[in-house]
Amino acid sequence: MNVPFSHLLIIAFLLFLMGLASILVRRNVIRVLIGVEIMLNAAGLVLVGSSALWNKVDGQLFAVFLMAIEAAEVALALALVIYLRRRKGTLNINAFNEMRG
Amino acid sequence: MATVVFYILAILALLGTYLCVTRSNPVHAILYLVNVLFAVALMYYLLGAPLVAAWEVIVYAGAVMVLFVFIIMMLELTPDQEMSRVGWLRWGPTVLLAMVLFCTLVLFVAVDPETSRVIVDTYVAPKAFGYALFAKYPLAVQVISFHLFIAAIGAYYLGRGGGSRKRSREEGDE
Repeated sequence: MNVPFSHLLIIAFLLFLMGLASILVRRNVIRVLIGVEIMLNAAGLVLVGSSALWNKVDGQLFAVFLMAIEAAEVALALALVIYLRRRKGTLNINAFNEMRG
Repeated sequence: MATVVFYILAILALLGTYLCVTRSNPVHAILYLVNVLFAVALMYYLLGAPLVAAWEVIVYAGAVMVLFVFIIMMLELTPDQEMSRVGWLRWGPTVLLAMVLFCTLVLFVAVDPETSRVIVDTYVAPKAFGYALFAKYPLAVQVISFHLFIAAIGAYYLGRGGGSRKRSREEGDE
């Protein structure tokens, strides 16, 4: 392995950017969730990379915590997607812009 | 050798993410994302985190992506053609945030000498990893366990039919 840390940061930045674009540009709830997945992956890559750079195990532990929290988020978010689809019959995110219960 | 493999995996991950974001069919997007996750898992392995790499494959590519595919097929999503008519009103904030992030990255790389350091070969054995996890962060493990538990309750509540209030309203509509 002979990779400078800055290259890892650039790779993670590009991944994060594409996830961000997916969230902000797409109007389908599922695509927004996919964007969140991509962004969390980029964050995990930086965590593991910094763990390797400084020879500490903490970064890997945080990557695992990130994974667990992300699994919980996906379970809830997909349940919400089904709920919203049942309610409004669409997955366009513009249909869910009111907070009326 | 490992360096070349790392860059190949990085290109694979970036290409897969690009395809995942741009494809109109959600199932294709998910399958490209699975490819990306495998590439990222191998990058984790090369960065000296074999256990995290295994969990990336098991949890992300195994469980989460299957859940996504299941939901997409259950809802019978059709391919969306929205990318062709995306205007500047939507791209504006994205480009602005990307510029800010890019400036931050360039500043960080230019200012901090640590970023030019080379990542050497490291390897964290699963034993050391597990010991650090349960000896150093026991509270975090418990908090995340509660988090998963509460998320399971919430998912059950939402999937049950949205509570009695909504059900009575639907019956009233009919």
